[in-house]
Amino acid sequence: MKNLKYLIVGMFFGLVLTKGEAISWYRIQEMFRFESFHMFGIFMTAIPTGALLLFIIKKLKLKTVEGEEIEMPKKEYHHGIIIGSLLFGFGWALTGACPGPIYAQIGTGFLVTVFTLLAALFGTWCYAYFQKYLPD
Amino acid sequence: MVGVLIGGFIGGSLLANPNPVAISANTQAYLTTFGIASSTGLMPAELFNWTTLFTLKGFLLMGLGGFLVGFGTRYARGCTSGHGILGLSALQWPSLVATASFFAGGILFSRFVLPYILAL
Repeated sequence: MKNLKYLIVGMFFGLVLTKGEAISWYRIQEMFRFESFHMFGIFMTAIPTGALLLFIIKKLKLKTVEGEEIEMPKKEYHHGIIIGSLLFGFGWALTGACPGPIYAQIGTGFLVTVFTLLAALFGTWCYAYFQKYLPD
Repeated sequence: MVGVLIGGFIGGSLLANPNPVAISANTQAYLTTFGIASSTGLMPAELFNWTTLFTLKGFLLMGLGGFLVGFGTRYARGCTSGHGILGLSALQWPSLVATASFFAGGILFSRFVLPYILAL
């Protein structure tokens, strides 16, 4: 029962990603070719909405349902941001999915994308394993 | 994760749009040169099926693609939602670097590498 709220938020996220077509391989190709406003419209709406909600959370000092303070983790710069993000971009163009959408792609009925998920899990494992040899 | 999967199922099956994804005519014309038709699904069934998974093309699309998504997310310590939406909403400049690099990677790859993979 305790996890029900995560399930509901996750379902909502999945539903929005799917109906917004943000998990569509077609839409991702179109975005990277700058041939439509669709995906850029999603980002340009989501970012100010996020900023507004963060502002409200801070102003009203809202707490989580468990009564904890909401803290915004500080993103620290490291060179890995550039290297990792470029690699991420290659993968995004190939699969048409970033991490969240992989689950939604499976959910829409393309069960074969379970393989994308397994490959992504293998990727995260490899990063953890080889991290000490990689430039940070 | 289970929630996102269920959300995808609801959005993609129960509330599915009966029409093909309305992408721009230019993108569709480009994809057609690789034999990829528009479809009512959100993914091209020509590419994402169990038969192509066991070919080099399918392996690169799902295997290499998935690997890079997972590896890159960990390396960059965030994804499109974490850096691109939350990070930018909170005006954190490292997230702007990450988002610019996500797009740089995707744009360069779609332009210079993906056509060769789709042509396989």
